[in-house]
Amino acid sequence: MSVDATTVRRIAHLARIAVSDAEVPHLQGELNAILAFVEQLSEVNVEGVEPMTSVMPMEMKKRPDVVNDGEIAEIVVRNAPDTAEHFFVVPKVIE
Amino acid sequence: MTDLTSLTIAEARAGLASKSFTASELTDAHLAAIEAARVLNAYVLETPDRAREMARAADEKIAKGEGGPLAGIPLGIKDLFATRDIRTTACSKILGNFIPPYESTVTTQLWRDGAVLLGKLNNDEFAMGSSNETSCFGPVTNPWRRDGSNTTLVPGGSSGGSASAVAAQLCMGATATDTGGSIRQPAAFTATVGIKPTYGRCSRWGIVAFASSLDQAGPIARSVRDAAILMRSMAGHDPKDTTSVDIAVPDYEASIGKSVKGMKIGIPKEYRLDGMPAEIEKLWSEGADWLKAAGAELVEVSLPHTKYALPAYYIVAPAEASSNLARYDGVRYGLREGAKNIIEMYEDTRAEGFGAEVRRRVLIGTYVLSAGYYDAYYLRAQKVRTLIKKDFEDCFAKGVNAILTPATPSAAFGIGEKGADPVEMYLNDIFTVTVNMAGLPGIAVPAGKDSQGLPLGLQLIGRAFDEETLFSLGDVIEQAAGRFTPAKWW
Repeated sequence: MSVDATTVRRIAHLARIAVSDAEVPHLQGELNAILAFVEQLSEVNVEGVEPMTSVMPMEMKKRPDVVNDGEIAEIVVRNAPDTAEHFFVVPKVIE
Repeated sequence: MTDLTSLTIAEARAGLASKSFTASELTDAHLAAIEAARVLNAYVLETPDRAREMARAADEKIAKGEGGPLAGIPLGIKDLFATRDIRTTACSKILGNFIPPYESTVTTQLWRDGAVLLGKLNNDEFAMGSSNETSCFGPVTNPWRRDGSNTTLVPGGSSGGSASAVAAQLCMGATATDTGGSIRQPAAFTATVGIKPTYGRCSRWGIVAFASSLDQAGPIARSVRDAAILMRSMAGHDPKDTTSVDIAVPDYEASIGKSVKGMKIGIPKEYRLDGMPAEIEKLWSEGADWLKAAGAELVEVSLPHTKYALPAYYIVAPAEASSNLARYDGVRYGLREGAKNIIEMYEDTRAEGFGAEVRRRVLIGTYVLSAGYYDAYYLRAQKVRTLIKKDFEDCFAKGVNAILTPATPSAAFGIGEKGADPVEMYLNDIFTVTVNMAGLPGIAVPAGKDSQGLPLGLQLIGRAFDEETLFSLGDVIEQAAGRFTPAKWW
């Protein structure tokens, strides 16, 4: 399988990464090189093989569903590019 | 006092205990070495004030007889580990000037045991790379050079800063992380020892995530014993990481010098690649001879799905990365660009903040997870992963204790030499990536030099949670091969 220019633009939008028209051919070539490389997996017989979900078999630990942290709004927003009164500020989302 | 930087951790520990020098003197010697080696670009942030303060505290504890197992030992920390109130960037522009309000579990445990933070070490952006050339702080230089040459070589990656700093004696040991070979490959390129423990051995909490089902933290050090000492402090169950395993952490150092007599060592025939340099082949059989001389039994084994590990990795790792890196959106931390509307803000922030390799992998990951392609790529890769793990299980079920392979298909290469074709760079991890896919522990130990005087390493792969056997076998190789130090030119 290989990707065309339209697909590159569609993936980039899905990934929320701006891509200029000038970058598309280059990216297309690189993505196709990687896809050509992984293509060899199609020769493996995976009939009846379970997909891996956990590399080390273990039971996931559970913990009580209780609040054990909080009241640190100042710290939470400290690294944000734009805040107001402990809120993250973003461009208008709803008109 | 410059000699202090050439000590191993074990030697420094003895010197501190016998009051031959203080932790403050040890730290100052390293801070001076770091300052004189900035040309290597191993550190992206030096923290001399914090280091001196921690060293003083260690001296006070040592005086009171309360020093921990790493009291006063100065370490470098890969910039992928969150350090409280100290800038942590994963060497990506998108994290900008991120100052974590929390500390990673692994580093918390190192400070608990008395270690001293010298600074943050360079790495490939988000640990995506095999040469440390994708860092937003620029490439790291390998302290090793070819005989009679001034060519600048890469230290490997992604933990290139860690490997370079340890080899050049700019810290006594370093933390690193390994998703496809990022501890073992740079260790092999710099004649240092690096171990990727079993998946789940170290907590991933507070480590910037790349591919969560593959990422593991581990140490890089100058001897197998030092790696064992660091490993004990780094490992352990953490309730904050549900994939960390709740089993006791052994005293790894006790494995050093233990007899390997009667151990069965597998030599996988699939690792004998076409066109593999004769020097690597020779090193591999030398390693086998050393283990044999120590009483181990060598057996040929087969890991039939080996060649599919790298292509499966380049589906699984980018898929997980595309999901993990969705959090970098310009809202809660880091860079923000283009504020006209929210979609544009996301897209411009991520275009501006991610480097070329990270962008490439996020795009591949997005593609293989997208509607209509998930089964053909991601699901198939996860099935292949099951087969890769089964190869190892079959091998261990036949009584094999560990597997010996080369660590890398070549010695260190020049900066800018590879990378035009992304796949060419990916092939660096051909011997290491299987181990991540199967979740197993793997150690890289320096074993010799090539004809140009560059270090080469061997890899030992162990059973799950049997890092101890790797330390015992690694020690045998180290005893036979000796340790290697680069000639100082910086």
